[in-house]
Amino acid sequence: MRPLRIAVCVKPVPDPKQSNTLKIDPATKTLVRTGIPLVINPLDKNALEAAIKLKAGGGTVSVFSMAPPTAESTLTETLAMGADEAFLLSDRAFAGGDTLATARVLVAGIQKQDPYDLILCGAESFDGGTAQVGPQIAVLLGLPWVTRVFQLSRSNDEQLAAAIEDEHVIRELLVEMPLVITVEASLNQPRRISLMGVVAARKKTITVYNAADLGVDPAEVGLGGSPTQTWDYFSPSSDKKVEMWQGSSQELARELIQKLGL
Amino acid sequence: MLFLGGRREAVSDIQIRSSKRPEIEGGESMNFELTPEQELIKKAAREFTDELVAPRVEQMEATHESPKDLYKAMGEAGFLGVMVPEEYGGSNLGSLAAMLIIEEISRVSSALGTGLQVHILGYVPLVQMGSEELKRKYLPGMVTGDYIATCAVTEASGGSDPTSMSTVAVKQGDEWVINGRKCFITMNDTANACCVVAKTKDEPKKEFTGFFVDKTMDGYRTGRMEHKIGFHGLDNGDLAFVNCRVPESNIIGAQGKGIAVAFGGIGRWGRLGMSSAALGVIKGSLDAAVKFANERILYGKPIAELQAIQFKIAEIFYLLQTSRLVAYKAAWLVDQNTPDAELGPHVACSKLFATQSAIRAANLAVEIMGGYGVVAEYSAERFMRDANMIWAAAGTADIMNIIMARGALAGKE
Repeated sequence: MRPLRIAVCVKPVPDPKQSNTLKIDPATKTLVRTGIPLVINPLDKNALEAAIKLKAGGGTVSVFSMAPPTAESTLTETLAMGADEAFLLSDRAFAGGDTLATARVLVAGIQKQDPYDLILCGAESFDGGTAQVGPQIAVLLGLPWVTRVFQLSRSNDEQLAAAIEDEHVIRELLVEMPLVITVEASLNQPRRISLMGVVAARKKTITVYNAADLGVDPAEVGLGGSPTQTWDYFSPSSDKKVEMWQGSSQELARELIQKLGL
Repeated sequence: MLFLGGRREAVSDIQIRSSKRPEIEGGESMNFELTPEQELIKKAAREFTDELVAPRVEQMEATHESPKDLYKAMGEAGFLGVMVPEEYGGSNLGSLAAMLIIEEISRVSSALGTGLQVHILGYVPLVQMGSEELKRKYLPGMVTGDYIATCAVTEASGGSDPTSMSTVAVKQGDEWVINGRKCFITMNDTANACCVVAKTKDEPKKEFTGFFVDKTMDGYRTGRMEHKIGFHGLDNGDLAFVNCRVPESNIIGAQGKGIAVAFGGIGRWGRLGMSSAALGVIKGSLDAAVKFANERILYGKPIAELQAIQFKIAEIFYLLQTSRLVAYKAAWLVDQNTPDAELGPHVACSKLFATQSAIRAANLAVEIMGGYGVVAEYSAERFMRDANMIWAAAGTADIMNIIMARGALAGKE
């Protein structure tokens, strides 16, 4: 089968294993990320694993990430996993962008390269959780999209077989490339980095693009280019109480009836 | 290389750039950070350990059986071949990379971490002094885990006095016939190949030669197994050579270079390897102590808020920081090909300090955990037992002191 060109969008997020230490800044309504190590968004790792498997025997996997310069280490990890090249889209002008502003930047980066057969994203990010960027990329590129795929394989030169699960049914699809697909965790088990991958990554490249390189309209990116603004961001308080009752069945039944006001 | 419309850099250049710090007036500042590549290596080892090793520790403690499948898994992850040159399939990332990997594994299982370090110790003499024929025959298998190596030097006569060994090798035609018994050999059962040192002459002066022997050779026998207080899941015991016939081509280096073979490996890597395992025990002890202190409630609050507990945790913290500084520097010196005379005292210092610190750190963790510190459901008691296994291997504290004293008296610092 012909080799595929696959793009994978990756976002550095606070390490989910340290989620209990995350705090929200009440003034800016944003997550306080200082001191929390960043990792590849878990579902983006599933997307990358799918890309590496699909390109086996030929093809290219390119990783795109809109992130600060410190994301170079995250992108190096994607190269060590098996991606062929990485593109870091980084500029102060991109800061504060919502999902649409982010999608615009990612599309600008993707369009600077030769066309891709497939664009893969994690279904949602651990920190934002909106699940919007993948479909937004598809709309901006004029491509079809399928979200929350949990099975994916190559059918023939131009088509992929995918499966998605709705509330009550599983739908098996035959989809034509090019398209955008977002993936679920159940799609695969991402490979761990091997030392051979670390050594191979030395020879791969990370290309950094800023706003000028991408030619993006400043009015369409960053905080100023975001049609949505965060109104509030808080952890809901839980005031659940637990009472432990003891007694005979009759006593407990009597107490329950009284509690329910019956 | 500049890419039109963007800045393109090879990952290797990024790693060099990221690891440099702005020059201060008067010269470059010292950089104590791991490079981005080293951070990635640590991460690879951490993920491997958390996913594959942690679930097996309880079984290893209960059965004392070596998890042979985990050695294969370490081969697939590239850990086994970390010090094998690339032309033989390894990654040749050096001593510091190996130390980072073993530290991460030992944070959860110092038995498996020590197994990895002994495997490296078993093949390092081949890398340093082996013939091309020996390297091509064994090193690729060392990377994949088809060969698991160990190093057989110690005998009942004493590991600190290797020249008193009684294992002999006698030449017969184009073979050497080895007879003798080595004891306290780590992975005496799991390993299927070893670097063994035998006496090849008594008169006029004792001569020792290193041989690389594998289990397919007649007369290679696994002997009695030791029942140890710690390192459960890491076998240890006798290796016996009963008229074991070894080809002349399996001599490491040259006839008469046995002591150099043994101490080239032990002195450069063996002691660093034990330091690495010790670092893992200290880190594991700190993690266990902090977790317990944050969760255990006394007087209505976590005991982490009690100063007495804080002081113990502070001590484990400082033992970890200082042990890492000494050990990482020693590993860095090895990777710089520092001559033995300069290197020896630093490696000895690393081994002595880290291993003694591991014992102290593990004991402190047990103290912090009180009664829970000595029950098997918690990791502190395992760290305490394992820490007491680490200190004697690759040279006792007394030997390390002798090496450091000789270095200091010769003006080394």
